[in-house]
Amino acid sequence: MWDGEAAWAALPVVLEGFGVTLVATVLAFAVAMVLGLALALVQRAGPRWLALPLRGAAGFVRSTPLLVQLFAAWVLVPGLDAPTLGVLVLGVHYATYLSEVYRTGIDSVPRAQWEACTALSLPRRRVWRAVVLPQAVRNVLPPLGNYAVSMFKETPLLSVITVREMVHEANTFGSTHFAYLESFTLAAAVFLLASWPTSVLIRRLEARLAH
Amino acid sequence: MADFLTELRRALPRLAEGLLVTVEATVLGAALALLLAYTLGLLSRSARRPVRGAARVVVEFFRGTSLYVQLFWLFFALPMVGFRLEPLACAVLALGLNFGAYGSEVVRGAVAAVPRAQTEAAVALGMGPVLRLRRVVLPQAHALMVAPFKNLLIQLLKATPLLSLVTVPDLTFQIDQLRSATGSTAASYLLLLGLYFGMAVVLSLLMNALERAAKARLSDQVGSGSGGRRRGSRGGGGSQGGAMASDDNAARRGAGRREPDMIRKTGPEARPGQERTV
Repeated sequence: MWDGEAAWAALPVVLEGFGVTLVATVLAFAVAMVLGLALALVQRAGPRWLALPLRGAAGFVRSTPLLVQLFAAWVLVPGLDAPTLGVLVLGVHYATYLSEVYRTGIDSVPRAQWEACTALSLPRRRVWRAVVLPQAVRNVLPPLGNYAVSMFKETPLLSVITVREMVHEANTFGSTHFAYLESFTLAAAVFLLASWPTSVLIRRLEARLAH
Repeated sequence: MADFLTELRRALPRLAEGLLVTVEATVLGAALALLLAYTLGLLSRSARRPVRGAARVVVEFFRGTSLYVQLFWLFFALPMVGFRLEPLACAVLALGLNFGAYGSEVVRGAVAAVPRAQTEAAVALGMGPVLRLRRVVLPQAHALMVAPFKNLLIQLLKATPLLSLVTVPDLTFQIDQLRSATGSTAASYLLLLGLYFGMAVVLSLLMNALERAAKARLSDQVGSGSGGRRRGSRGGGGSQGGAMASDDNAARRGAGRREPDMIRKTGPEARPGQERTV
């Protein structure tokens, strides 16, 4: 059943895929953080003609499957290579989640802070950049972290548009060496080893921020 | 476009079949997930350490290893150990295990958010552990669970296109067939996204109704006064207790919008944006 030799041979292949998975997660999450913040800010402080359609579009993206979005982008958007496209689609999908997270963060900044800014007649830009956003983002660090871990575990979807990430590599190794058991078990172990300590760290951060 | 429409009309029965498969997987996966969520969630609050520990390990395992790996493991690796499951069974099992683990955290958090005094009062009345759970703790916890469960259910629905990756002829598979038959890629995928959006909206409305029912049941049983106190004791500032009691009635008359937010804030583990605590 379990073939130690096959597992040993699969290890470097899976780890190489893990490298791709990690890079894709970091890049896509960077896209999601920036885009999510922009979405939240436009919905909160932008002009109505932009805020309303954006809210609708974000709702649509949020409640439709990432897999289908990847397929659609893959055949409809020409001229982008698979990894770039995958990172963008993943980033946009998660931006719609993160904009909600930012929104709760912005709502959690006490009213008195806004009033103090008005009293000091700080310019609008300064209010956001120096007063509201630093507090808002700090308040939502734990959920942001949770979404990063959740995105990390969704990167295997990129394999459907031929990105050679970990599950793609495990699948290829499994089919060429007829060793699915070994390769997929290794992939599962790597996911567990990477995401579990991260979520423990996030929980600790959450406990520290709680007061 | 006209070609697409005629092809679409011809493909309608197959699309309906695909839709049925997707709905079936969603319902069965959600049922299994719910069962596991309750079992694991209640076990991880057990007074016995080994029981609690075992439940935690299972939960962390199924949350920590990606759903996709779980599904592929069941589909590709399990047959190598000698068990071959139907593709649909693989998918339902993977969805159930993964979302059950996430759901168990919702159950655990909601039960933990019910004030201790409620349990103590039930003990004082001489209720046994099962009766206590069934008549006192769970009805209150239910109202807190529905909103995070709604999020999980929609996540689960959105994970169902994975079925097509393990050869199940679901909606995504059928629409992909339509796409290759017509060559109208944009129209096909737009249709698929639209159908999923529709399903998400329907599920969302269904869960909102469920949440209203859970809360209405609660305030019918305990009366709005004690309902308000229950929340006031957790929502910070005791001075809000009285205001919330009257809000409760306003919300029941159909305002509805404010109440979920207030309820969600009561439990430390049930805040919006944190439903998918990983």
